[in-house]
Amino acid sequence: MTVTLFIPCFVDLLYPKAGISLVRVLEQLGHRIDFPAELNCCGQPSFNSGYWEEARVAAEPVLQRLKNAEAVVIPSGSCGAMLKVFYPQLFAGTPQEDQARALSAKCWEFSDFLVTKLGVTDLGAHFPHRVTFHDGCHGLRELGLKKGPRALLSKVRGLELVELKEEVCCGFGGTFASKFPMISTAMGEVKCAQAAETGAEYIVSNDSSCLMHIQGLADKQGRKFKTIHLAEVLASR
Amino acid sequence: MSSAVDQFKEQAEILTHDLRHRAIIQTALGKYEVVRDKSRGAFLDYAAARQAAAETKWEAVNHLDTHLEELVSKLEARGTKVHWAGTGEQARGIISGILRDKKARSIIKSKAMTSEEIHLNHALEQEGYEVVESDLGEYIVQLKHEPPYHIVFPAMHLTRGDIRDLFNRELSINSSDSPEELTMVARRVMRQKYLSADVGFTGGNFAVAETGMISITENEGNARLTAALPKTMVTLLGIEKVLPRLDDLALFLPMLATSGTGQALTCYNTMYGGPRQPGESDGPEEWHVILLDNRRTELLADPEQRDSLHCIRCGACLNVCPIFRNVGGHTYGTTYSGPVGAVITPHLRGLQEWKHLSNASSLCGACTETCPVKIDLAHHLLQNRRNSVRQKASTPWKLGFRAMNFVFNRPSLYALIPKFGRLGQMLHPLVKGTRLDPAYAWTKTRETPQIAPQTFKEWWKERG
Amino acid sequence: MTEREKILGRIREALQVEAPRPGQHQSHGSLRPAAGAPAAQARAWLPPVGESAADQLTAFRTNAMNLKAAVHEAANLDALAGLLRALAAEEGWKKIATHQGCLTGDACGALGLPVLQTDGGYDVHSMEQCDAAITECDALVAQTGSVLVTNRSAGGRALSVLPPHHVVLARREQLLRDLPAAFQLLRQKYGANYPSMISFITGPSRTGDIERILVLGAHGPKKLTICLV
Repeated sequence: MTVTLFIPCFVDLLYPKAGISLVRVLEQLGHRIDFPAELNCCGQPSFNSGYWEEARVAAEPVLQRLKNAEAVVIPSGSCGAMLKVFYPQLFAGTPQEDQARALSAKCWEFSDFLVTKLGVTDLGAHFPHRVTFHDGCHGLRELGLKKGPRALLSKVRGLELVELKEEVCCGFGGTFASKFPMISTAMGEVKCAQAAETGAEYIVSNDSSCLMHIQGLADKQGRKFKTIHLAEVLASR
Repeated sequence: MSSAVDQFKEQAEILTHDLRHRAIIQTALGKYEVVRDKSRGAFLDYAAARQAAAETKWEAVNHLDTHLEELVSKLEARGTKVHWAGTGEQARGIISGILRDKKARSIIKSKAMTSEEIHLNHALEQEGYEVVESDLGEYIVQLKHEPPYHIVFPAMHLTRGDIRDLFNRELSINSSDSPEELTMVARRVMRQKYLSADVGFTGGNFAVAETGMISITENEGNARLTAALPKTMVTLLGIEKVLPRLDDLALFLPMLATSGTGQALTCYNTMYGGPRQPGESDGPEEWHVILLDNRRTELLADPEQRDSLHCIRCGACLNVCPIFRNVGGHTYGTTYSGPVGAVITPHLRGLQEWKHLSNASSLCGACTETCPVKIDLAHHLLQNRRNSVRQKASTPWKLGFRAMNFVFNRPSLYALIPKFGRLGQMLHPLVKGTRLDPAYAWTKTRETPQIAPQTFKEWWKERG
Repeated sequence: MTEREKILGRIREALQVEAPRPGQHQSHGSLRPAAGAPAAQARAWLPPVGESAADQLTAFRTNAMNLKAAVHEAANLDALAGLLRALAAEEGWKKIATHQGCLTGDACGALGLPVLQTDGGYDVHSMEQCDAAITECDALVAQTGSVLVTNRSAGGRALSVLPPHHVVLARREQLLRDLPAAFQLLRQKYGANYPSMISFITGPSRTGDIERILVLGAHGPKKLTICLV
């Protein structure tokens, strides 16, 4: 099938490897990639800050461009939840409400797309490391993603998964990280300490924004573990 | 006096750096989580129980007028005096009136968040009454002249050593820090108060419309004694506490216990249907029930967030909230803290002054996930943010988002971001981590990610 | 306009707009709304208890003992009196409080101790001096290990909480399966004339307010003993 990619701004600018890996994984499975390079932002920053009018301006091109897509795949639980869960709320009572619902129905966070839509878990990946998995909150609680990433990781050769003690937020939360840096940092410290307890070399997640926060703190504190996007692990050979 | 948001930020700054405090809270809540999961796990079908609880509360709240009228007529039929209070001030007035009428001097109280909400203790003490909190946790914070730290665990921020020092100082005794010994100190003090109190004051967890009863959940037996010994009993209850049927308690009593303390059932679950009836051997001669609105009808008028009136004040959302765990209960500066406090306080006390509580969240959704009556808490935080912007937007933020849209919706302008970004990154080390750093809020504690040498879009274009 | 009318008016105005049903706002995992009176089906969701009397007795014992209540069984009324005498001797009771009842009458009389009877009123200071309260109950609940009392069945409001040791005398057939059964019993037994106090007592009085560490006997009894005849 033709898979339309939505690449969030921070993946494009900061973590392109996640997107590139996603392309490689999907192409390996024989799908054609459609990438609308003119789309840059799902509108989540303004939406989460309460500026819904501005969020609609950001989201409108996304609605238009993805209207005819067969399936939209997003390498982020957070932006995935924005398109899938929050667009229908954002456009509720506007002429685009139906369009937002139609788009929601065909949007997939990428691990969910692989496991649920395509029924694939083994991608032939090889990643000989001890890792732990961080569930991004939007993916976990808005999209209900929990088993998918684990099913995928379980098929990676050489990979040992050690679970974190708690299912708890890393403290990023978008503009929250800058509006309330002391709280965000304290939450991140809890996360980093728990990650360190697992003895993992890598923290894997399906959300680069969480990883950015965790890595930012870990580097400042001189912690040893690294962060890596799930797509990169799945594309490793 | 500084604003609520400034106080919140100041306190959050202090408490997030207080590692001892953070450790105390983590330990206490760690114990809670273990028993909560065990109790929820014992249910045959917890998910269905939770949905049924939400449905029942929906029914109760969405037919509140008829249920309240039924409750009141049933209560009055058994000789209970029912009062209606639109505001906290009216409720305080009604209570003062009862105390004057009864020529009371001393009041013994069992735990009631409604009384915290209307600042009752302070008002009564100003009028010269002796007011004693009988719940151990509440007694501890009363001695410390603090509000409760948590709606279910009022003194969870204190260690046994803190409490020993407090008791020894305030009660002029010499106790050890054994929880057993400290509890017995409070028991002895309280027994004397019970025997002499003129009025017993309680809150209520549920009100049963069908049978005209008020149900009180507790572990210590202090509410039982409060409702047994003094000659006059006063109960202050939020109007949203109504349940349609007596049988509903078969579900709600275990749901409250499971989420509140992790118990299968709390030690005493007691339903009161009236004052002492003819032929009964004890109990108050008079029972006054005060139904408190205090802007609950404002919440009711917002259908989007009406479900926050489903709240059974179990505290489960506080316990899982990473914000609460790191800043603590007092930082909120509100009667109801944590996620549910952040949702309802803007409705109860003003959106503009309290919107920061809805902003101070990473929207992780742990609250929504745990709520036993399925209040859509995390989304309500988003709605409060939206409502506050609709009412009064911040010009810099608004312009910022508009500028962002202007750039992001124009591919040619967006393409400049990585170019300027890389340049900016080269200059950033000059100011990084200092007050001149425009990203100081981030860089003070965190390293910045680097713009990739080749962005995804650049890669895609090159690939052709 | 009275305050009652004002508040009810605000409520009625607010309720003119319907609120979404619970679960509707959730993006996934929402369940079909339960039909009719939801809590009436609570048995299908609450912690399970076996149907047989033996299962229920085992569940009651286990739950009550986990709550740190003591459970004794007596074959007949004589054995019950014996049980109480042993308790009285062991703890050195000097005075007890009780109420009139089929089980309490003989058993308490046989103790030969000064007895405070609560029926028709009593002096609370005198009750405070008692070493134990001996009461009957309405039912025992296997599911939770609870004792269901009312001020009619158990000698008033204070008797089961004021003295330091609460001893409950119950018949085996008073054991009920679960909370829904207990509410059904209340409805059948009292109908439109409920006692002014109904209480589920689940273990002896307790608190965890100091460092979440369990302490028994916060305000109510430190000990709860259930004697089954």
